[in-house]
Amino acid sequence: MRDSLNRLAERAAEEGLLDVAYATTDSPFGTLLLATTRRGLVRLGLPNQDADALLVDLATRVSPRVLEAPAQLDQARRELDLYFEGKLTNFDLPLDWRLSRDFRRKVLRAIARIPYGQTRSYTQMATSAGNERAVRAAGTACGTNPLPLVVPCHRVLRSGGALGGYGGGLPMKQGLLRLEGVLDS
Amino acid sequence: MTDLPPFQTLIDEHAGDVMAVCRGAVGRGDADDCFQETFISALRAYPRLKDGGNLRGWLITIAHRKAIDHHRTRGRQPLPVAEVKEVAVEDALPDDGLWELVATLPPKQRAAVTLRYASDLPHAEIAAALGCSPEAARRSLHEGIKRLRKELA
Repeated sequence: MRDSLNRLAERAAEEGLLDVAYATTDSPFGTLLLATTRRGLVRLGLPNQDADALLVDLATRVSPRVLEAPAQLDQARRELDLYFEGKLTNFDLPLDWRLSRDFRRKVLRAIARIPYGQTRSYTQMATSAGNERAVRAAGTACGTNPLPLVVPCHRVLRSGGALGGYGGGLPMKQGLLRLEGVLDS
Repeated sequence: MTDLPPFQTLIDEHAGDVMAVCRGAVGRGDADDCFQETFISALRAYPRLKDGGNLRGWLITIAHRKAIDHHRTRGRQPLPVAEVKEVAVEDALPDDGLWELVATLPPKQRAAVTLRYASDLPHAEIAAALGCSPEAARRSLHEGIKRLRKELA
């Protein structure tokens, strides 16, 4: 049966029927869910997020043609592995931004440009996105980031240096900042 | 269309049933082709599906149609009887042997037997899958079983 299912995923991709391919991958923080469209990575689920609910959400918002097809996510998994080993500082993955819109998307694009090992404040992100007073909205954009890690919202902190929040839980945010050398190990 | 679950759910829950239908209907050797055709067709049509209510029945119906297509194509090839024999000889397991016998039944009987015993569908759903009345479905099933009993005796 396993062979049949692999063949099916392969053929679905060949025939252009694979609208959303997903896979899971291990990380030091737990299992991650990765989902890609033909445009690029569209969703990354953190360990504390409900993977089934994320897939249902993708089926509704992108396409119900959602299939487990790990081969489509080989590059993303490889880059994430290297990142967690501290051997990769810049992700080089095509991204599909369709799950974020308007101001939130602008904030996320600005976050995507924060270099490895550096941090910014929510205020700075609001300013980069074109509205310095929309600090709360910038926080919401981080909180609803469909592509955490790759769009490194863990590098955004409160203005005074307090950690702020994180969709994957604060221990994960601290762990990532330690990995990148921002916090002492 | 907003109510359709991720397609992977259909695979996780019903791949076994679809494979059983394919094995019963076209035999073990060609079952994977039937299985692939079924799910590719389903995947193609899936976003346009109006009613996500009976997805299992929908898949089984497609599998059944694919099996009929398979037999139609095969019907144009020479010496189909020789092929059936070859497969039957290869398979040693009694259960497989039974399904090979099922595969030799006339299409309606074969479908009725497969849908009833491999897929466990009630008569009404078999009728829906075959596009006939429940009474006709019951008759096909009965004829099919009678024939199998005779073959096995």
